[in-house]
Amino acid sequence: MAEPLDDYIDAVGRALGLLIEDAWRAPIRANLEVSLKMAKLVDEFSLADEAEPASVFTA
Amino acid sequence: MTASAIAAAVASRKLSAVEATDAALARIAARDGVLNAFTDVTAERARAKARAVDADIAAGKPVGPLAGVPFAVKNLFDIAGLPTRAGSKINRDRAPATRDATLIERMEAAGAVMVGALNMGEYAYDFTGENVHDGPSCNPHDPTRMSGGSSGGSGSAVGGGLVPIALGSDTNGSIRVPSSFCGIFGLKPTYGRLSRARSFPFVMSLDHLGPFARSVEDLALAYDVMQGPDADDAACTTRASEPTSSLPSQGLDGLRIGIAGGHFQKNLFPEAVEAVSRVASALKASHVIEVPEAARARAAAYVISTTEGASLHLDRLRARPDDFDPAVRDRLIAGAMIPAPMVDRAQKFRRWYRAKVLELFKSVDVLIAPATPCIAPKLGQATFVLDGVELPVRANIGIHTQPISFIGLPVVAVPIPLEPMPIGVQIIAAPWCEHVALRVAHALQQLGVAAAPAPRGVLENGSRSA
Repeated sequence: MAEPLDDYIDAVGRALGLLIEDAWRAPIRANLEVSLKMAKLVDEFSLADEAEPASVFTA
Repeated sequence: MTASAIAAAVASRKLSAVEATDAALARIAARDGVLNAFTDVTAERARAKARAVDADIAAGKPVGPLAGVPFAVKNLFDIAGLPTRAGSKINRDRAPATRDATLIERMEAAGAVMVGALNMGEYAYDFTGENVHDGPSCNPHDPTRMSGGSSGGSGSAVGGGLVPIALGSDTNGSIRVPSSFCGIFGLKPTYGRLSRARSFPFVMSLDHLGPFARSVEDLALAYDVMQGPDADDAACTTRASEPTSSLPSQGLDGLRIGIAGGHFQKNLFPEAVEAVSRVASALKASHVIEVPEAARARAAAYVISTTEGASLHLDRLRARPDDFDPAVRDRLIAGAMIPAPMVDRAQKFRRWYRAKVLELFKSVDVLIAPATPCIAPKLGQATFVLDGVELPVRANIGIHTQPISFIGLPVVAVPIPLEPMPIGVQIIAAPWCEHVALRVAHALQQLGVAAAPAPRGVLENGSRSA
């Protein structure tokens, strides 16, 4: 049975021009599941519309 | 010998810089077969530099505070004449660097002698010190165990007594983790304090460089000579140097010290609990301070690291995916697939979290927290069992370091010499207050609680017999 993230991995891989061999799919999926879990934790935090990002640039 | 003892002996002509350098090269030759800490030994360059230091002394010229002190650098620092490999196979095809990294230049301007480049996890995306291309750097207290990553060779070389000082980098814990596993002192300064010019990056908004040593005095000595603005690193501070070498001995008077609670008291093996308890007891600290949203801070650091790392390596992932360590490649490809709004939110959360943590520093000067949840795992170990739950080793080693570097706080990792393996504790201060963390580390050293004793026995015969 196809894993739910496999279609996403294929689509984003194509969009980024990344070749993804079949043997890499399972570990990429496992990593992506962890990364998305982390991202969800961040996403769930309520931020003010005025919140400034912390990335650094000085003109 | 400590760096300060070598420098004093060289400056007073009791020891020549060439003798100190040859002694380091001999230790590397004798022990690195076990440790695998070095990927390049720059003996010819080192001897030339040492001769120049000796010539200056003979001519009566002033020499710096690190005269004749051998040191080595993680192989993501540019070293003139070598391709900067950053633990990778791919980067070996780069043209040799034409100029040393700023921090190497500053160490050598103070009289120190660079003796080589050190093993590291591929592209610094690592907490283990293992490397599929160069082999693992090994733990000096038990070579069947990890040195910690990603500055594994730096931890191994200083912990194993090959050099008194090494330099490394820390994005999410890569100075503090090897310090903990190898039982040595490490300083991750405030973000922007030390120049990263001419070092290979990982996550620009999180990358820090800093020193490792076996004593707080040596750590401060190296840190002081490396400070100062540098136009070649856009994130480097314009603050003038704030010397610390004479400060650590001020003791603890007037310092308010808290124990980081919540996230920092969870997911710990008994050794980590014991180490924090010893430090808290020695510092008479009992006040537990909850660091708000630390677990989410760790998650946000994870998201920013994996996406910025993927962006950095995207062309290499397209062109040479088979030349990566497969584990690093798969993590980076997954990182490239995180939706962009999550990254923006992580950077916004970061500013929120920074403001909250800075508020804590109105009521305390120092927070103490574990550096790693465990002592050094066995080489190749993939999982550990904590509270009955099997967890992956790689992803969990940095859970207590990531929420701190995420907002660039200065930390001294102090070694607590438990038996049979050491483990580290983080001494965390407010931004630009490295001197405070160094004072506390020095007090712990004076009390005998923090110490970096030489490993016993395992390194003497040059083979992996332990």
